[in-house]
Order: sequence, then structure tokens, then C-alpha cells
Amino acid sequence: MRRLHSLAGLAAAVVVTFMAITGAILSLQPALETASARAWAGLGSVAQLAGAVATNLPGAERLTRSASGMVVAYYAENGTQRAAQIDPATGGVIGAYEPSGFFSFITELHRSLFLGDRGHAIAGLASVAIAVLAVSGILMLVKRMGGWRRLLGQVKGTRSQRLHTFLARLALVALVVTSLSGAFMSAVNFGFIPDGTSLSFAMTPQSSGAAPAAIDSLPALAATPLGDLRELVFPAIGDATDVFTLSTAHGQGYVDQATGALLSFTPNNFWQQLYEAIYVLHTGVGVWWLALILGLGALAVPALAITGTLIWAQRRRHSVRLEQNASWWSARTVILVGSENNSTMGFAATLHNALVAQGERVHTGPMNSVRAYPAAERLIVLTSTYGDGAAPASARHFLAHLDKVWASPAPSVAVLGFGDRSFPNYCAFAEVVQAALVARGAEPLVDLTTIDRQSSQDFARWGERLGEAIGVPLTLSHTPARPASQDLVLVEREDFGCEVQAPTAILRFAAPNGQGLLARLGFKASLPRFAVGDLVGIIPPGSDVPRYYSIATASGEGVLEICVRKQAGGVCSEYLHALNPGDRIEGFVRHNPDFRPARNRKPLILVGAGAGIAPLAGFVRQNRPGRPAYLFLGARDPASDFLYRRQLEGALSENRLTSLDTAFSRVVGGQYVQHRLAAQADEVRELVAAGAQIMVCGGLDMARGVRAALDAALAPLSLSTAMLKAQGRYLEDAY
Amino acid sequence: MKKIIASLLLCTALIAPAAAMAKDVTITTTLDNYSGRDAYLAVYVTKPDGSYDSTLWVAGSKQRYLGDLRGWISAMTAAGMTTLNLDGITGASIGSGQTLTIHSNLADTLIDAGYTIHVESAVEQGGEYPDDAVAPITSAPQQVSGKGYVATLSVSM
Ligand SMILES: Cc1cc2nc3c(=O)[nH]c(=O)nc-3n(C[C@H](O)[C@H](O)[C@H](O)COP(=O)(O)OP(=O)(O)OC[C@H]3O[C@@H](n4cnc5c(N)ncnc54)[C@H](O)[C@@H]3O)c2cc1C
Ligand SMILES: Cc1cc2nc3c(=O)[nH]c(=O)nc-3n(C[C@H](O)[C@H](O)[C@H](O)COP(=O)(O)O)c2cc1C
Repeated sequence: MRRLHSLAGLAAAVVVTFMAITGAILSLQPALETASARAWAGLGSVAQLAGAVATNLPGAERLTRSASGMVVAYYAENGTQRAAQIDPATGGVIGAYEPSGFFSFITELHRSLFLGDRGHAIAGLASVAIAVLAVSGILMLVKRMGGWRRLLGQVKGTRSQRLHTFLARLALVALVVTSLSGAFMSAVNFGFIPDGTSLSFAMTPQSSGAAPAAIDSLPALAATPLGDLRELVFPAIGDATDVFTLSTAHGQGYVDQATGALLSFTPNNFWQQLYEAIYVLHTGVGVWWLALILGLGALAVPALAITGTLIWAQRRRHSVRLEQNASWWSARTVILVGSENNSTMGFAATLHNALVAQGERVHTGPMNSVRAYPAAERLIVLTSTYGDGAAPASARHFLAHLDKVWASPAPSVAVLGFGDRSFPNYCAFAEVVQAALVARGAEPLVDLTTIDRQSSQDFARWGERLGEAIGVPLTLSHTPARPASQDLVLVEREDFGCEVQAPTAILRFAAPNGQGLLARLGFKASLPRFAVGDLVGIIPPGSDVPRYYSIATASGEGVLEICVRKQAGGVCSEYLHALNPGDRIEGFVRHNPDFRPARNRKPLILVGAGAGIAPLAGFVRQNRPGRPAYLFLGARDPASDFLYRRQLEGALSENRLTSLDTAFSRVVGGQYVQHRLAAQADEVRELVAAGAQIMVCGGLDMARGVRAALDAALAPLSLSTAMLKAQGRYLEDAY
Repeated sequence: MKKIIASLLLCTALIAPAAAMAKDVTITTTLDNYSGRDAYLAVYVTKPDGSYDSTLWVAGSKQRYLGDLRGWISAMTAAGMTTLNLDGITGASIGSGQTLTIHSNLADTLIDAGYTIHVESAVEQGGEYPDDAVAPITSAPQQVSGKGYVATLSVSM
């Protein structure tokens, strides 16, 4: 589905954007016409209008009324035909009728790009492409959100992804309507669908021949409301047997000019009615508000094309190549991957390609797509663990979907867990997965194995054992790719907490002053782009794995500020604590778009302890004065490690911060932040009831305590942190 | 300028049984420069009494819009026609400023005998001109100007 969506999108991006922009311009036409047509204060019947026109324009031959209510009369004057716009209210002449050259030009561009039938075909294919994109897009979104009911839920991902989904959801209905109706009209144009018209050789009936009566007295015309009129052709002057030819919204007929009788009437057939309805749906003629809605929907297309291309490019840059990925129903080996940041996917791809090289039919996919695999002999699961022993993003729905699969998805399984021993729930999710599969009768091929910090050696050793178990020699060599790093220079450091055995440093980095030719030419090195709450990854000398630190500034401020707690024996934290101003390190930015305050005016509750205060202090600094923000801050001793004290007190006086509630643990009557939350339970409850968003940052132990305190405080509201999390109102960055 | 050349092979009584009794006729219709969509044209012949004889060419292929060529349709209807076979005598509609050239093989009996060529034009969301231009079929070359979208109609052999 994603492949279809990407291919169709990329191939059609330019044409589709072109069609959308021209379509959006055209959508203004019905509103402008309606505004200028004085349409709805009509005379009431065709008889009255035609009578008035015949008086005002003696040579009147034909009267047309467009869907927007504009009436045009064609009349002969000195042997040439002229057109005049008629005021439908009085039948008086407003002026010569000049079709808008601008809109005619854009219409022709939109219909055929001035390329004749070839252009019509391109326009038709563009319609089909938008329809395919819209439908495949919905299906992708349903899958991503985990079901139709959650279709309107909160979207996670990069800025492009969120913007893409946001716009698509807004514009979807309009785009489906315009694209399907456009494709239909194109199919009619090329004769794939009948338009219901045919050349009629029915004899035109004749008038009785008696002297013509006054037009405004003719019963058949008087019985036709002006709103139904499409066209009225007057009888030839001086030919008493000629008739009025009347086209209405319902069909075509003839009217005797002496008696005013309706001589014959052919109602529109099914295809004509269908075409008219679809024509109105596509163009919005006569329904100006529909046209404007469709036009706005079309305007989303260029933005969708750009964000879509960005998403595609990001995915390409980050994607790992799977050789010959077999279909799920034909594969003998199925590999399912649970990953949050894609590093596990790299290991899976190495395994996949090694198995394919040995002639195996292998299907690799995300754990969320689990189902029964009819041809599979074995299922191999590679999954990381996140949060506090929870599933990573691509495995979030695994257990729920597994419940729908009868028995085990494949007869035998091997589970490999990726994690980090410094977390208390080391590879806990892998254990849950192994247990769930074994409980469904799967035979373990090898024992549950864990990989600490993406160790290549551990992975290669597991590969050997797996190879023996399945009788396929496997040599797995995978080195996690290092993200491209950039030089950062330490410009300033502030130290806290030494007296209370919690050395914590605020470190401020800048882009290095360039050297060499480019710098002399005036090119200054710049920081990568980041926002408060993003992470900087730092690979310390002597290690392969990056450590992440929350950023407290935005790139616009010109410095990258982090706050690092020194861990005894910790490789990276000790390395950073040993830096002096002027020293250089290498780092890269990892965007963390889910950890941001919502863009609204609802209250913010910020909870952090120790180094976890850093991004929260950044959010406070960026807060709009007046938006309520409540900060719960934990530290050991106000005299030693009260981080960001001056900045936060300044924010209080500027009304960027509503209250600052501190908890110090190494003073008499010491407290943790969770105790402050419990003490303020009533206020917290009120704020949450008013729509507040909660953001928590710091150590795992603190996060666990905070969650418990909040759950207790929210229980009277029948709410929990888990429920708020699902709404994007409880955000946690814990490590 | 786009030229649409059409060769009439088999259509009506116009076609001479033997080449010796027929003449090649060139009918050239040039449109004015106007703003609007491409024009639909019907080029047809009437008998000396004004009744419909035959259709030489129809420019424009969508049935939806052919119905706007009312003069041509009612002439055919009055002549008692119930169906029309346009095979081989239709082509694309003609744009502003363009020229339609038809080569036709007319029987000698039609020439200088009071037969007339009619060109009718209609434009979607624009004007409709039955008898936009009318020229007699004579052995002397004819050139007339039209009153609607047709700038000039010329007939030569
Ligand atoms: C999303 C995220 C955000 C983070 N934000 C911050 C932040 O803002 N500030 C911050 O300070 N940290 C933050 N961290 C934590 C940070 O990434 C590192 O994990 C932390 O600094 C420790 O790294 P290290 O290299 O110093 O320790 P490591 O060398 O990785 O060691 C980790 C732990 O194992 C112990 N250890 C190491 N080697 C041995 C050994 N041989 N024997 C026994 N024990 C050993 C260490 O004592 C240490 O406690 C964040 C983590 C994540 C995932
Ligand atoms: C915020 C965060 C929380 C984590 N929680 C755990 C955990 O509870 N248990 C564990 O074993 N590993 C934990 N890890 C480590 C990851 O599982 C490990 O880095 C893994 O290799 C990531 O793979 P991925 O990039 O494919 O998602 C955590 C990592 C982060 C960044």
C-alpha cells in the first residue's frame, strides 16, 4: 500500500499539483458569477422573462441561463449575432456579454492543458491518480492509527508526517469528490461511459400557425420556473409554424407560439441526469459554497505533494534494503520487527538478506502486521523495548493483533530482544512476546536471547545458533550505522550539585568558527536545526552507541544547551563533564516531535527532577505570557543543585510561569516531586479537567513515582495517565 | 495554421459513378479570431429548392454538442432522415483562426445547377450560427464571408 501510495504520488506530483491549482482558481468562478448575476431575485417564470427580453431586444433568438443564474440573450442586429447579459429580475439588458477571458483560459488549461485530446487524457489520469492517492492514503492511515475508529486520533511522527496527515484528513472528502467526478467526466469525454445524448431526428413539431400570442401569456412557459431554465430558442421571426425550443433542468420540449401548449417533451434520461449531477459536484456551478470548499481542498494538494515527497525522501535515506521481500502468504521464514528508531530494523535486514542469500523465501515486516502465515515454517521476532518495558512503535498493536490469529502464526519461533541493561526492565517486551507466542503453541527454535546496546558480537553469536537450529549456515555481520555527526564547540558550562553528590553540568555548545576557504569567504558553520525537547546524540570516544541528551534551547537561539548528570563510571557523562570551554565534541540531532507542548492555550503541567529539568526550563522560556504553566521541580538541595533558578524566577515575574513548586530531598523533611503532586492533587485534577497537558522528564524512578501520584490524583475523574497518553496529553521522556 | 485535409470517399449521391463525370472541389473554411472553445462546424449541401441534399463534413465529434447545430439537424429532419452515418466525414473541432479544408468529388450534375454549400457553426457556451456562410456550387471560384465564427468560405475546382 505504501509503495502504491509513494509511486502514484511521485509520478503524479507535478501534474496533480497543476490540476489542483488551476482547479482552486476555477472554484472562485461560481461565487463571483453568483455575486454578479443578481440571480435569485428572478421574475418567477420563463414566460415573463422571455416576454421582457423579446420587448427589450426585438431580434432575440436564444436565451440561456447558467447554473449560477446568469442569463444571456443572443440576438440578431444588422445581420450579426450579439450576446447581452440580462438582468433576471427585470429582463432588462445589463450590457454586452463578454465571457471572462481569464477563466476561459484557466478552464482550458485545467481541462486539456491546451493539448487537445492528449491533454484531456492527462487531466483524466491526474484525477484517477488523486483518487488512488486518497484511497490508499486512508487505508495507510487506518493501518497506522490501528483501526477505523481511531482514524481521527492524534498523529505522531516528524513535522512533515503530521502536516501531511493533518492536511489529508481536512481535504480528503473534497479531494475524493473532485477526483472521482473528474475521472467520470473524463471517461464520458472519451466515450467509456455514455453521456446519454444522441442526435435526434424526431420531427420538430409545428405551431398551429395561428397568430403568435404574447410571449408572457404562453401557458407552457408560464408553468416553467426561471430556476429550471437552461435554454430557450425563439421561433424564427415571421415563421408562424415554428416553435419555441425549451430546455430545462428536466428535459427538452417544444412550445406552440400561438397556443402556448407544450407540444412534446423528452425528459432527460438516466445518463444525462447522472452527468449533470456529477458536473455540478465537480465544478460547483450554481453551488458557490461547494465550489469554494472543493477549491480549498484542492489547495491542500500542493502542500501534500511537498510533504509527501519529503516523507518519501526521509524514508529512503533511512531505509535499509531488503532483498527480494517475499509475500506474507508464500514465505517460508517470516521476520517481524519491533522498533522505535529503526536501529533494530537494520539488524533484521542483515538477517533477512543473509537468509535470502541461502535461498530462503523470507518475508520481513513490522510486528503490528502480524497474521497467520500459511506457508511459514518459522517466525523470527526482533524487538526492542521502550518506555518502561513497553512495546516500541512498530509493535504497539502486536499483542492485540496476535489475539485475532488463531493459534501461533507459525509452528516454531525465535525471539531476539534489543535493549539496554541500564534500564530496569531490560528487554522486558521481548520476554512478553516470547511468552505470548509459546502460550499459543509455538515451538522455540532457540532460547530467548537479548542484545545489549546493539552489540554486533552478541548478534553474530545468536545468528550462529539460529543457523544451526534451522540447518542454514548464517554469518551475520551488522554494524549499526552511525548517524552523520557534526562538530560542536563547548562555549560555556555551569556546575551544580557537587556538594550533594549529584554533579550536574549545564553545557552550552555552538557551531565551531569555521576555518579554511569557506569561512574566509564568509560562510559560517551553523548548528543543525532543533527545537526545545529534541535530543542530541553524542558518541563518546571508545564506544559505538550514542547517548542521548535532551536539548533545552532551540537552534534559533544560537546555542545548543544540555544538562548532564555525571554517572559514576559512565562513559559519556564523564567524558562530557571533563570538557572545558573551547573543546570540541561530535554530535547529531534526533528530532523528538512527540515531546512538545500542544499548540493551544490550555494549561501545561511540567514535572521534572535533576537534569530532566533542562527541556522543561526551555519550554517555560518559550511559553507565551498568560498561558498557564505549572512547574514541579525536584532536586536535592536548594543551595547546591537548584538548576535554572534565576531563569525560572524571572519567568514567574514575566507571567510565563504560573507557579513553581519545588521538592528538595536532602533537606530537613525532604520530599520528591511526586509528593508535591500528591499534595496538590485537587489543583492538578482541576487543571486536567480543563484540558491541561502533562509533560514529565527525568529518571525512570521519578517517572514511575510521578505516574503513580498522578493516577491517584486523577482517579476521581475516571482518568489515568495511560488514557491521557493516548490523547497526547501525557508525555514522558524518561531514562 | 492547422490544415485539416479530408478526402470524401463514399457518402452520397454526390459521388460520381465515373471520374469523367466528376470534379475535384476544394472547400476552404477559415474561422475568425475569437475567444472561446473550438467551434463545431457542419458543412452540407442543399438542393436548388433549398431542401437538404447531403453532408460533406462535420467538425467536432461529441454528440453532446452536435445537437447545437440546429439548422443542419432540422434540414435533415425535414428531408425525412432518421439516421445519419458520419463514418469517414468527421474530424476534430476547429479552433479560433484555424482553417478547415475539404476535398470533395462532386458530380458534374451538381455544378452550376443551383446547389448550395452551407456552413453552420456553434461554440460551447458561445454563439450558434445556422447558415454562418453559404456559397453556390459553380464552376467559377466562389468566396463569401461568414456572419458568425466563419471569416471566409471559398469553393474552387
Ligand atoms: C531520551 C533520553 C534522554 C536523555 N536525556 C538526558 C539528559 O538530559 N541528561 C542526562 O544527564 N542524561 C540523559 N539521558 C541519559 C544519557 O543518555 C546516558 O544514558 C547517561 O548520561 C549515561 O551515559 P554514560 O555513557 O555516562 O554511561 P554508560 O557508560 O552508558 O553507563 C550507563 C550506566 O551503567 C553504569 N556502568 C557503566 N559501565 C559500568 C561498568 N563497567 N560496571 C558497572 N557499571 C557500569 C554506569 O554507572 C551508568 O550508571 C537521556 C537518555 C535518553 C534515552
Ligand atoms: C526512552 C528509551 C527507553 C528505553 N527503555 C528501555 C527499557 O525499558 N528496556 C530496555 O531493555 N531497553 C530500553 N531502551 C533501549 C532500547 O531498547 C535500545 O536502544 C534498542 O536498541 C533500540 O532499538 P530501536 O532503535 O530499533 O527502537 C530504551 C531506549 C530509550 C531511548
